[in-house]
Amino acid sequence: MKKAGIIMIIGSLLLLGLFKFPLWNIMLGAPQYPEPLGLDIYINGIQGASEFDLQNIDGLNHYIGMKTLPKPEDMWEFSIFPKVIGGMVAIGVLIGILGFIGKVSYKWFIGWFILMSILGILGMYDFHLWLIDYGSNLDPKAILKLVDEQGNPMKYDPPLIGHKILLNFDAFSYPHTGAYMMFVGMMLTIVAFFVGKKEYKKS
Amino acid sequence: MKTTFKSIVLLLSATFILSGCGNNNSKSAGNDGALRSSKAEKVYVAPGEHDSHYAFISGGYSGNVTVYGLPSGRLFKEIPVFSQFPTSGYGYSEETKPMLNTSFGEIPWDDAHHPDISQTNGVLDGRWIFINGNNTPRIARISLKTFETEEIIEVPNSAGNHSSSFITENTEYVVAGTRFSVPVPQKDMPIAEYKGNFKGALSFIKVDPETGRMGIKFQIMMPGFNYDLSHPGRDKSHGWFFFTTYNTEEANSLLEVNASQNDKDFIAAINWKKIEEYVDNGGGTKMPANYAHNVYDEHTHTATSTMKKEVLTVNPADIPGAIYLLPTPKSPHGCDVDPTGEYIIGNGKLSADLTIHSFTKMLDAIENKKFDGDAYGIPILNYEDVLAGAVKSGGLGPLHTEFDDKGNAYTTFFISSEVVKWKVGTWEVIDRKPTYYSVGHLTIPGGNSRKPFGKYMFAMNKITKDRYLPTGPELEHSAQLYDISGDKMELLLDFPTHGEPHYAAAIPADIVKGNSQKIYRLDENKHPYAVTNQADAKVTRNGNEVHISMSMIRSHFTPDNIEGIKVGDKVYFHITNLEQDFDVPHGFAMIGQNTSELLIMPGQTKTSVWEPKQVGVWPFYCTDFCSALHQEMQGYIRVSPKNSNIELSWTLDGE
Repeated sequence: MKKAGIIMIIGSLLLLGLFKFPLWNIMLGAPQYPEPLGLDIYINGIQGASEFDLQNIDGLNHYIGMKTLPKPEDMWEFSIFPKVIGGMVAIGVLIGILGFIGKVSYKWFIGWFILMSILGILGMYDFHLWLIDYGSNLDPKAILKLVDEQGNPMKYDPPLIGHKILLNFDAFSYPHTGAYMMFVGMMLTIVAFFVGKKEYKKS
Repeated sequence: MKTTFKSIVLLLSATFILSGCGNNNSKSAGNDGALRSSKAEKVYVAPGEHDSHYAFISGGYSGNVTVYGLPSGRLFKEIPVFSQFPTSGYGYSEETKPMLNTSFGEIPWDDAHHPDISQTNGVLDGRWIFINGNNTPRIARISLKTFETEEIIEVPNSAGNHSSSFITENTEYVVAGTRFSVPVPQKDMPIAEYKGNFKGALSFIKVDPETGRMGIKFQIMMPGFNYDLSHPGRDKSHGWFFFTTYNTEEANSLLEVNASQNDKDFIAAINWKKIEEYVDNGGGTKMPANYAHNVYDEHTHTATSTMKKEVLTVNPADIPGAIYLLPTPKSPHGCDVDPTGEYIIGNGKLSADLTIHSFTKMLDAIENKKFDGDAYGIPILNYEDVLAGAVKSGGLGPLHTEFDDKGNAYTTFFISSEVVKWKVGTWEVIDRKPTYYSVGHLTIPGGNSRKPFGKYMFAMNKITKDRYLPTGPELEHSAQLYDISGDKMELLLDFPTHGEPHYAAAIPADIVKGNSQKIYRLDENKHPYAVTNQADAKVTRNGNEVHISMSMIRSHFTPDNIEGIKVGDKVYFHITNLEQDFDVPHGFAMIGQNTSELLIMPGQTKTSVWEPKQVGVWPFYCTDFCSALHQEMQGYIRVSPKNSNIELSWTLDGE
């Protein structure tokens, strides 16, 4: 299972991209922001797409009563996520090495993939809950109190993925480089599974 | 043979027909309204699109510089330079008051004439613009990163700083030549004893290549002529500077007659490299002087004014071989050097012709000591020995010349109100177009450098008359934009200009716009009273001085309620704009304040003084519509009687 082991190791290592590149990106464009404001969401915190975007988004959000964007220390996720990802990379590499030297079965590869997928879905769900809370848990003294067509208080949660109109802003939310690297890495672990299976049958 | 002949005939007739058509077209375009739409297209910049060039036009008696777009003629900005400017608080705010300091005290105005953009290797580099204050001699430097005036230096021993502010091809020096000769040092003496006693100071101001900071390196004490305009040598003549003179008669009364007696005045050719070397080796005489040097620091957002006490003067007699006089008819005004540096064009304003001197011939005449006497020890060269040619134009009152990128020159004629295009080297007139009316300077982007960008030319006219809707007796002056990309000039656009535009400098937008600053960084704000977050806002009293360190952000001031101020206090508002977003300034205005409002850019701190004279509760507010809640951006100050014992206190939202 030499080939499969190597693919598994490479696949796992691609997750390290999350430590360097953003997982997600939200861009907010409006007529008076021809250069859109943007948020890059990393596993360990949120940064502006441009230097002062965080400050400017917070400045605008105070009109509708949104909380300021969380600092890394404001959310447990930003300390846990790096540990989880780091741990999963370590485990994946370990499984890959063990597979390479023939100590574990190729089934461990798909096992790792399933665990990673569950963790990923949980992470997305957590992110989704945070977006809803962030966009709907508004300051009661908010300057602008708007309601939607049904008369409910307006929510300002950006879409988990895709496009949404928030007042005068067009919000675009899409995975970013880190997520794509993770996706490719995880696909490689499936490839490792099948390659391993083939190699196992041959032997 | 026969076929060759036939084909030549055919070819010739085809050419004739084609060129004939071309002429017809251009003729009808001038008269036929329907065809004017092509001109409209040439100056039309669609909404959201940018002009291709910046034009920086001097404001003359407005004391400022205005920034226009070409080809649209749209006004983008007025940059305050020598004049107080209530729009932004320039010259009113405590930080900018020192910019207008001079040896005569604060002078809140000047007559701004000739802007010149900094150059590297003779090519516009778009870092700074220099401009002269003509009335109280000063040179200012404007940053093209912030579009703010960063430095103003006063020029001592000078009067009527007109042959200025032109720069050498690596921005080594900016010159300030005196128009009026005066006693140096100034003294009480009979005016009738002018001749032989007055001096004309030509100041060479060294520019730091990194920071742009200016310092007077030396002043040449020339004979008491009037030094009218100047131009640095380029390329082969780099290292020389040329000044036109009038009143070589040294008359002191009724100059319109008495200074027009000599058939020829001079262009003074100055080898500044030679003088620089002389000065670097300890030459020259230090003399007491008193002049202001004002520098604005972008990080403290504050200007300081320093009085300088000495200036180095140079007597031409002490450096033989550095200065020569080129006889030039007839009271020459414009002094321009072509991009190759070979030709020095002197426009005798009382003449119909242009006089073109050859730099090579000049060096040759100097080499062979072909002199025709001297003036106060300065050798005069023979007119014929240095003459390269003349443009026989038939126009009247030639003033200024600029160059395109194809070896052509364009000269304005004040009296006959026209621009004449001629070929450098052959001196043949190629085209002439009327201007409306009485044209002074003209500008081609880069047209006084080694590398002109020859698409557009605009003329700045002194008289407007019927060009726009009338606005009472006072009309804004008119500029006219011409397309010079073809053989013939084509008038594209009229646009009004503010003040009395003299000269302008223009540059392709790409060289400048990428460097234009969007905000001031709060983390670089070193203003001593800056508050970089709301929590630091405070009010402190020191005797009858109260310092309010206030912050502003959309849409509130912190603090917004202040009590404990008393009649007779001197209240300093130090206000920091906490925004870090492009184009979000906030304003500040206080009722009854005896200065102006402030307009504060993102990340900037400005200070203004208010001396409350009446008890009461007085509002202040933001003057720049900043957000949907701009109207709510306001506050109150309670003013109590002088002997009141109300404690100083301040709040935001009751906290």
